[in-house]
Amino acid sequence: MKEMKVLLVDDEEEFVKALSERMKMRDVDSEVALGGEEALKTMDEKLPDVMVLDLKMPGIDGMEVLRRAKKAYPGVQIIMLTGHGSEKDEKEARRLGVFEYLQKPVSIEQLMKTVTEAYKKKFEDAMSAAAFAESGEFDTAKEILDRDKK
Amino acid sequence: MALNLKKWFNIREGLQMLTDVDSASDRYALLQRNIRILMIVLTIVPLSMMALINYHQYQSSLREEIITPETLLANKTRHSFEFFLKERQSLIKSISYFYSYDQLSDQKTLNHILFTLKKEFGGFVDLGLINGADGTQLCYAGPYNLLGKNYADQGWFQEAMLKGTYISDVFMGYRKFPHIAIAVQRLEQSGRSWIVRTTIDTTMFDNLIAAMGLDAESDAFILNKDGILQTDSRLYGKVLEHCPLTIPRGGHATYVEERKDPSGRDIFLTYTHFTYPEYTLVIVKPESTVLKTWYALKSDLFFVFLASSILIVYVVFRLTGIMVNRIREADQNRELAFRELQHHHKLSSIGRLAAGVAHEINNPLAIINEKAGLIKDLIEYTTDFKQKEKFSSLIAAILQSVSRCRTITHRLLGFAKRMEVEIEKLDLNELLEEVLGFLEKEALYRNIDIALELAKDLPRIDSDRGQLQQVFLNILNNAMAAVEDEGKISITTWEKDADTIAVSIRDNGCGMSDETLRHIFEPFFTTKREHGTGLGLSITYGIVKKLGGDIEVMSKEHEGTTFNVFLPKKPNA
Repeated sequence: MKEMKVLLVDDEEEFVKALSERMKMRDVDSEVALGGEEALKTMDEKLPDVMVLDLKMPGIDGMEVLRRAKKAYPGVQIIMLTGHGSEKDEKEARRLGVFEYLQKPVSIEQLMKTVTEAYKKKFEDAMSAAAFAESGEFDTAKEILDRDKK
Repeated sequence: MALNLKKWFNIREGLQMLTDVDSASDRYALLQRNIRILMIVLTIVPLSMMALINYHQYQSSLREEIITPETLLANKTRHSFEFFLKERQSLIKSISYFYSYDQLSDQKTLNHILFTLKKEFGGFVDLGLINGADGTQLCYAGPYNLLGKNYADQGWFQEAMLKGTYISDVFMGYRKFPHIAIAVQRLEQSGRSWIVRTTIDTTMFDNLIAAMGLDAESDAFILNKDGILQTDSRLYGKVLEHCPLTIPRGGHATYVEERKDPSGRDIFLTYTHFTYPEYTLVIVKPESTVLKTWYALKSDLFFVFLASSILIVYVVFRLTGIMVNRIREADQNRELAFRELQHHHKLSSIGRLAAGVAHEINNPLAIINEKAGLIKDLIEYTTDFKQKEKFSSLIAAILQSVSRCRTITHRLLGFAKRMEVEIEKLDLNELLEEVLGFLEKEALYRNIDIALELAKDLPRIDSDRGQLQQVFLNILNNAMAAVEDEGKISITTWEKDADTIAVSIRDNGCGMSDETLRHIFEPFFTTKREHGTGLGLSITYGIVKKLGGDIEVMSKEHEGTTFNVFLPKKPNA
């Protein structure tokens, strides 16, 4: 398994930088974006495998980023990590195809576990889609890739 | 005095106190007393007035009714007497006119007349002819030898000569029978005058009195003008004795009096005076017989009054008691509802505040978490770090504290969440067994006896599975914490009523003080200090209320605690 690329999106610079550093120590290629716009821009430049996304941010908020990212890059697995989670937000996020919804603060072990699982899923989805594509079942392949988009 | 009475009565204050929840505890007793007094006064006073008015009206109308027959009887009897005497007098007068002086002087004729009178009228004893000029008895028919007797000096002779007729008082005569004498004067045109005189026994008087039909208790008799009895009296002596009753003279009406007789009896006295002779008819009746109807009415009246008074007092007492009790209950319910509302309000406002705080704390907490984690990582990845272990343990302590904070903030959020309730049909017994599954290991390890008494055919209810699991997990966790090793927890379910089922979770653990019990559902209230957030039961309370149920807790220190959870079969029912 090649090194996974993770994009960490949060307006709390101290938090997100420390987290990024810790992930790097765990052999994760982590990038940091300090807002929604920056996150979308970074995605265009360097597509991550997994995105860890805060919900409440100035400008484009987490929910909007989730919506746009899922549209543009349905393969990317997105994990919500927020301190302001309400039941409604969680429901909406899940409807939009979020991989997991976590509440701050979270231990690095749990976050790593979730990120790894998300990556694995992305990888598996891609593999099975490729398999279907190879055997000519493009529709099924597309379906798998779009599964989380809804 | 008036001031004291006012103070004692205190109606206004008593009524005011009703609205004042914190006033003296005996205000209900005071209120009850005042209402009773007021109602009794308001009912008994008019009743008494009515009774008094009725009493007087009945008395006066009944008196009329009693007097009328008495006077009628007296008048009738007097008329009979007067008629009797008048008839006898007329008879003698007729004889004096029908027969000439010479005829009457003839012993034979006189004997014949007397014989006829005796035969046809009865009661005649003798008949005599007296010379008007010198008062000598000229001829006599009868049992005595009175021929030649001179009456010139006697009162009756002079009266007969003067007035033409004379009727005597009763006197004892022939064979010791009471008699009266009637004398009639005849004045011929020639100037010769003579008197026809007869004696009649008074058996007829007794007959006339007997004809009145008086009862055994009553008495009637005739008095002359000097108060001498002219007939036998049942109560006041024999004929010719002096009557102890004094009857006022004069007047021609019939009089009715109530008085005491000389021997102390209460009597009802009716009397009427004759026009001639000067006799008085007296009827005496014991008051008790005459006023029998009145006494009966009076006692009826009194009985009705007494009975209604007792009834009123009883009804007022019972009614006021019930009413004041209702008021007291209503007050208590209101107070209870108010307290519950306050409690609920307190819980929900604390919840909102807590949620806000939790949200704000989560972000800095996340930073602390990551920074400390980074330090930990750095130390671990650096091989030759001095005091590595010391730092590691410090960082571990920080991370542990963060984790504790996170538990608190997450529970706070859970407490505040306006979670949408997901209703499904569920079997409460099944759910309880599921929850027990989580605790099985601990129970086994600590040898705690968990007894299940689940109602067999408990109806399924519509409720939220996840939230109910939370509820029972919280309560059971508390029970586990409360009991010693080898303690006992029993879980009972039953159908409380048509809409509600109930779960009771009882432990024989340490129990709670009343003070603890009072705060048990408040957030952050905990007796576990280090180990609890103080949110478990407040969340439990919030969930049960949200699901339309109710929760109650009873506890006794050192004896144990019972939680009863009541859940509606259908939400919002």
